This record gives sequence, C-alpha cells and structure tokens, in this order.
Amino acid sequence: MSHALTTSERINLILRPIPKWLVYLLGAAPGIYIIVGVALALSGTYDLFGSSLGIDPAKTIEHWLGELALQFFIATMSIRVLRDFFKLKLIKFRRALGHLTFFYVTLHLGVWLWLDLQWNWALMWSDIVKRPYITIGMAAFIILIPVMATSNNAAIKKYGPRIWQNIHKLAYPAILLGAVHYVMVQRVWELEPLIYLGVIVGLLAARGRVLLPQKARS
Amino acid sequence: MANRYKSDLSWSDVTPAEVFFNRRKFMTGAAALAAGGIAGPAFAAASKFSTDEEPNKWDEITNYNNFYEFGTGKTDPSEYAGALTTSPWKIEIEGMVDKPGSYSYEDIMANMTVEERIYRFRCVEAWSMIIPWNGFELADLLNMVGVQDGAKYVAFETLVRPEEMWGQKRNFIPWPYREGLRLDEAMHPLTMMATGIYGKDIPNQNGAPMRLVVPWKYGFKSIKSIVKIRLTDEQPETSWNMINAPEYGFYSNVNPDVDHPRWSQASERRVGGGLLAKRIPTLKFNGYEEEVAGLYEGMDLAKFF
Repeated sequence: MSHALTTSERINLILRPIPKWLVYLLGAAPGIYIIVGVALALSGTYDLFGSSLGIDPAKTIEHWLGELALQFFIATMSIRVLRDFFKLKLIKFRRALGHLTFFYVTLHLGVWLWLDLQWNWALMWSDIVKRPYITIGMAAFIILIPVMATSNNAAIKKYGPRIWQNIHKLAYPAILLGAVHYVMVQRVWELEPLIYLGVIVGLLAARGRVLLPQKARS
Repeated sequence: MANRYKSDLSWSDVTPAEVFFNRRKFMTGAAALAAGGIAGPAFAAASKFSTDEEPNKWDEITNYNNFYEFGTGKTDPSEYAGALTTSPWKIEIEGMVDKPGSYSYEDIMANMTVEERIYRFRCVEAWSMIIPWNGFELADLLNMVGVQDGAKYVAFETLVRPEEMWGQKRNFIPWPYREGLRLDEAMHPLTMMATGIYGKDIPNQNGAPMRLVVPWKYGFKSIKSIVKIRLTDEQPETSWNMINAPEYGFYSNVNPDVDHPRWSQASERRVGGGLLAKRIPTLKFNGYEEEVAGLYEGMDLAKFF
C-alpha cells in the first residue's frame, strides 16, 4: 500500500488535468468582458455595464484593470515560491499567467491613454516625464516588453536558458515598480495598495537568493 | 446681506416647487417672513453668480464624494454617511469675534437668507461637477457674530465622532479635518455656507448640515459638516497641507498653470459624461477669475499655491 498523500500532492493531482487553455480563458474573461462592454457602450449598441461602474466608469475600469494586472503578476511570481515552499507543481500554468499579466497591463495603459487622456499626446508625454508614479508605471510596462516577447519556447531555444532566465528576471523589478506605482497614486496611505506592496516584497524576499549574482550563492 | 445679486432666471424656475422647497428652508423662509414681514420667497432668490452650465444629476452629486471621514472610496460616503446624526447640530464660533458662542443650526438659519447658487466644483483630482447649492454667504454669518479688528483668517473644523464616522478610526488624516481662509476670501460674496442641493437638505455625504463652498478653490477647501469656526490673526493649519505640504498649499486656488506634483491641473474630466467624458480645459480660479483675481494681486500664485 502506498503512503498517504500529503495535501500538496492531493492539490497537485487535482490541478494536473486542468488544461492551460482553461487558465487563459478564465483569466482573460474579465478583460474580455470590459473590452466587449466598452465597445458596445461606445458604439451605442448595448449597455452591458448598467450602473455597475459607478459615476465615473472610465476611472473604475482603469483602476480595475490595474488591479487585475497586479493580481495576475502576483500569481505568476508566486508559482516558484509555492513550489519551493509548499511543493505545489504549478509551473505549467506560469506562462499563461504571465501572458495574462501583460494583457491586463496593456489594457490598463490603453484605457489610460484612450478613456482618461483621450489621446492627448502632449499631456501623456508631460505626465510620463513629470509625474513619478506615471514614470514608474511606464517603466514597469517597458521592462515587461522583452519579457513578454521572449515568453515562448522559440525564444528559449534562440537565447539559451541562461540568457533567457536573465531576461525573465526583469519581471522582479517590474512587479516592484507596479506595486510602488499603485501606492503612489493614492492621496493618503491606503491599506489595499500597501497590502499588495507587502505581498510583493514578501515574494521578492522569498526569491531573494535567486536574484543575487551567481557567485554570491553558496 | 445675501440676495444682493438678482437675475430673472434660475434653476428654480424649472424645478418643480415641491422638489425645490425643503423643510428646513421652508421653515427658515417662514421664520424670515414672520420676523421681518418680507414679501415673497426670499429663499428662492437667484444669483448672478450662478453658471448657466447644465448641473450634474442629483445621483452624481450624491454618489461620488470625497469625505474621508466615511472612507476613501468615492461611493463610501453615500454608503456610510447615513450613520451621522446631524440634528441637533451646534457650531462653536470663537476667537476674534464680538459674539462668540455655541450657535445651533436653527439659531443661524433664523438669521440667514438662503439662496441658490449654481457653481462649478473642481476637485484637486482633476474631475469636476456643476452643483446647484442652496445656502447663504459666509459673510452674513461672520457679520452676525461680528468680526473684530485684527482678525485676518478664518479657521474651520469638521465634526469628530468616530462612532458615526468610521473613517476617523484610522489616522491617515490627523482629525479633525481642518480648513482655513484668509478673511477677505471668507468675506467674498462667492464664498457660501451650503445647506442644500437642488432645494433639498444637503445629504450627509455632501457635508450635512452645513458646509463651506469656495468655488474658485479645489474642492478639499470646501470643508464639510462644520462644528467650529475660529477667527484668528494667524494663518491656520489646514489638513491637506499638514499631510503633504509640497502637494497642497494653503491657498489651493484652481490654477491650470500650477500642476499638482503628481498630475496635471491643465484639464479636467466632467463627471457624468460616461465612458468618454470629455476632458475640458481647467479655467483659472475655476472660471471665477473676474470676481476673485483681485484678492491675489501681486502674489506669485506658483509660490502661494
């Protein structure tokens, strides 16, 4: 008779058959809902949102997408920590979660440019240059571009595992910048952004050893 | 006296009377009639200071508020401000005044003439609304208590009652919320104490029962649910300036040329415009430049922001 399964092993058994496309589908659902809702509203076809987005729907969507981006980013970055500390095997979902993170970061940026700034490029440029929280948010987005671009098997083959891994370590500064961006946008020290920052700092601490230069490792 | 500016038309002309008259105002009006035998509904007077822009809807004005005493979310005040008891209500008026004391809401209203003012309202967060306030000029209240020579500033405080204002259980703002004006700003005819919106009693989330409205300054200067007014010769401490002085000055006049360090003040989004609410240019002194620019003659507004 085999040994009794640990909780981690049970969870791994439950998760193993879940296909990756399901993660993409469920993960993208809120974003697709927002895209469809905005498209219908702006074309005057149908009011999908009703009053659910409140008095200032553009801001609500902007903030919602920003939070989704951070949530998926945290999920992505938790995968390794969950394996190291809890023996959970979720690596097969990590790329999907990473792609979804970039999906929401891009939508968040798009809503800011379109619904908030309304393609006022001069205002956009002055905001990026003059407003630290926007500079920081934009930096996080730019840092994520090479990560997203190489988030596929072909890139691993092309660059080799060492270079590829170094590119993907860019996700660590990016997630930290994302959390700082969220804290800075508030007018007072709000609890929720600080919780996100705390979780993210905790994740970085748990992975701290990996981020050190190779020599420094024991 | 209020009521010195008149025009033929006001929002009251298109609002049904049963909506327009509220109990408090009606009683005030009745008291005024009884006391002075004034002919006609003085409390329905229009003002030349009113904008002819389309006012925001009641639901917009009362469901999108910054009133951190009830939480920092925009809908928190409408959700939680119902817990606030606004009657009885007393306002301590103290400092350099002839008749200091504790004035009840009714004491004050019996001596004030309520009128309607449709003002632009510009939040420091770069959104704006058009709000049809009911209230009286602050100058009338200050004259009632008698401002002494040498007074240069007016300080205001909001109620502190954490058991009814749950946001006060957290200390992100050193309570009470404090605001202040220079005396000439306080005495300006545009500066009012609002007691109603759309002719109804002002809802708790908008600062019941009595709040300041200074339309040429960012919204946070228009302190809500006032319980203390102090005349002083020193510039009073003001909450946002105490929290973050580099971002929020004492004056906080609406000024498209002086940006908030974290965002531009050159334009604003008018609340209520839906998903693509148009960004409109912000006007100097929120469009009241003609009336108030003189107050700041010779001042460097980038320095005294």
